[in-house]
Amino acid sequence: MENQYAIEMLNITKKFPGIIANDNITLQLRKGEIHALLGENGAGKSTLMSVLFGLYQPEEGEIHKDGRKVEIKDPNDANALGIGMVHQHFKLVECFSVLDNIILGVEPNNHGFLQKQDARKKVMELSEKYGLAVDPDALIEDITVGMQQRTEILKMLYRDNDILIFDEPTAVLTPQEIDELMQIIKNLAAEGKSILFISHKLNEIMAVADRCTVLRKGKYIGTVETANTTMEELSSMMVGRNVSFHVEKGPSNPGDVILSVEDLTVASKVHKNNAVKNASLKVRAGEIVCIAGIDGNGQTEFVHALTGLDPVVSGKIILSGRDITHAPIRQRSIMGMSHIPEDRHKHGLVLDYSLEDNLVLQRYFEPEFTDKAGFLRRNNIRSYAEKLIDQYDVRSGQGPVTIARSMSGGNQQKAIVAREIDKNPELLVAVQPTRGLDVGAIEYIHKQLVAQRDAGKAVLLVSLELDEVMDVPDRILVMYEGEIVGELDPKATTQEELGLYMAGAKRDEVKA
Amino acid sequence: MVLLIQYTLLFASVLLLVALGGCFSEHSGVINLGLEGIMVMGALGGALMMRYLPDGTPAALMVLLVILTSIIAGMLYSCLLAISAIHCNADQTIVGTAMNILGTAAATVIVKAINTAANPDDVSSTIQYVSAKKAFLVNIGSFEFNWFMLVAVIALVLSYITLYKTKFGLRLMACGEHPQAADSVGINVFKMRWAGVLISGLLGGLGGIVYITCGVSEWKFEYGVAGFGFLSLAVMIFGQWKPTKIALAALLFGFFRALSNVYFGFAFLKNLNIPSGIYNMLPYIISLVVLAFTSKKSRAPKAEGIPYDKSLR
Repeated sequence: MENQYAIEMLNITKKFPGIIANDNITLQLRKGEIHALLGENGAGKSTLMSVLFGLYQPEEGEIHKDGRKVEIKDPNDANALGIGMVHQHFKLVECFSVLDNIILGVEPNNHGFLQKQDARKKVMELSEKYGLAVDPDALIEDITVGMQQRTEILKMLYRDNDILIFDEPTAVLTPQEIDELMQIIKNLAAEGKSILFISHKLNEIMAVADRCTVLRKGKYIGTVETANTTMEELSSMMVGRNVSFHVEKGPSNPGDVILSVEDLTVASKVHKNNAVKNASLKVRAGEIVCIAGIDGNGQTEFVHALTGLDPVVSGKIILSGRDITHAPIRQRSIMGMSHIPEDRHKHGLVLDYSLEDNLVLQRYFEPEFTDKAGFLRRNNIRSYAEKLIDQYDVRSGQGPVTIARSMSGGNQQKAIVAREIDKNPELLVAVQPTRGLDVGAIEYIHKQLVAQRDAGKAVLLVSLELDEVMDVPDRILVMYEGEIVGELDPKATTQEELGLYMAGAKRDEVKA
Repeated sequence: MVLLIQYTLLFASVLLLVALGGCFSEHSGVINLGLEGIMVMGALGGALMMRYLPDGTPAALMVLLVILTSIIAGMLYSCLLAISAIHCNADQTIVGTAMNILGTAAATVIVKAINTAANPDDVSSTIQYVSAKKAFLVNIGSFEFNWFMLVAVIALVLSYITLYKTKFGLRLMACGEHPQAADSVGINVFKMRWAGVLISGLLGGLGGIVYITCGVSEWKFEYGVAGFGFLSLAVMIFGQWKPTKIALAALLFGFFRALSNVYFGFAFLKNLNIPSGIYNMLPYIISLVVLAFTSKKSRAPKAEGIPYDKSLR
């Protein structure tokens, strides 16, 4: 009798010093199914997949392929068993062509000399069969993230892998690319591939997966058929309590204008035209204003100009009545601007600094943290860090001295939020503050934004997530090709209408 | 004029060989600042072989043995870099610098010891190879062809094919660009980096012996190789880590170096009355200027200089 499971991970236990990352976890992947693995950041999903991929050896438990016990000691073993993985951070050589990346490691060759013709033919066939459009001769650095991901998928298919692991594949994609990917994954399953889909986005799991296994804090919670469950049930399995998807907030009481941007124009780093064109907006105390738009429509450049990371071409930025158009970043910070940056690794944290040093990055020079002779007051920094860690529930291995790089994404973001909010700013600029976070952390950050609003602060949110755009702000401004093309009331509009503005199909004259 | 071409080709051969060596090492992900030291060691190996081979040795055998010892000496010396950079995660810039200091110093000590042992009054660091050197030369009219020119061309062709047409080259470059990606498809990054460093030792050692035999028939090892290892690094960067461009860059720099040897043969240059020091400085000044203007655009292998850590993903 044929075994119905492609891969079974039975009673896997993997311990690290001081922590049990996987505690007796069982995961059974049926042939031809799409199986989601759901869990918060740090729930043990990545560890479990690393065990399957041969990067870690479990202390207990065994892995069966087609009913037979197998040993997976390194990625080569996994590959030989037909297990392939699209890593969250792509493993692609940027200056190589798509084709070279696909064949790397399994190069067709004649006495060591590359024979690319056959490879090219096979890649084109696969690309056609599964609807994975790629240009085999394009360099990775020149193509879109979506095409890079298709290259990664082709890498697995080229190796004839039949068990495909996707590690949070949608985190880096635009909404359109996500739709395409979902279709591709369904096609792959229809062709008989077995798919493991790691995610913490419930709507994607409901849309694409057949079954879902939930992990929480290293423990196995259960496996459910997605047809017989709801998002609410899944999320309470994942976080261990009921999570509200709706942001609870009362009506806003806008006060004085805190931020006023007038006719701002910002140059683009990618092309010769301006990325932001004559954008004007006002944010008042006690309201959350959201800039919505599809990624790459000038939001990043707008925020960089606003926060002082990049210069402006023309226009004016006024914060609490003072012109800060050309003010240095520190002055903006002292004047009450806080910034939760889009790229937390690049602009949010010094990754190789300790958590406590990161928490005082913008304040270390204040008398509280530096004495008159110029030496840091280490004791004060430590106690301040401990206070923030406690207050904002930032979890890390070693508390204040943890190196920021070693923390999970959610806790890195919490640390940034703690630092920026504790400065007691007049204006909080939050750019995609929930990107890559799980529902628990998203809920937390949304609550913090609303709390700032209710404390009479001005909040400017930049978001790509439609749910967030509809839920959190009091006003929505849509940015399209560097211009503000619409102002919407989230209570009076629909996602469809918002989508029309975002796609440039509809526009109004907007007066700031 | 013939002399100018001859010296240009000779010096270009040196720069080409050593720069190609650096190119292999860097494409595997290891910065090789120790090329200068590797050249000295290669030169020492070859020079000693020439000194100790009996006078009547057939030319072909002589050429072969000298090349072989230089290569082996260079490769052995490059193991220092490989072990410290690949296995001990040492800072590659510091290791390279240390190798340069050690190379010249060790060569000087060894040669002095040999000289003093043969003749207690001889405390020089010089090795002579007047007659042995003739084995490398073939006179074609007034042009003095040197077998090393051919060796350099062969090295260029082989390097190009290896890097761009073979499985090995693809894997080597993947290790220098994104070692985690290479590892994830089952390539042994440590092995590839060893290969890269050893090839750079091979070509660097070879370049060393070519350098001390062009133009002169004895070498004072206190001089090291007069910055030619660094000049080769400049050639490599100017050549954008690509063999064909490196060859053109080597010709350019070789030309300026040759000029300082033969400028007095040109009436108009001689009449300018510029001190010879200026001509000697030319290749180095040119390298400064060229790099100042082009290095901003240059695209080094992304992962070079970073020890590979399996646990970082």
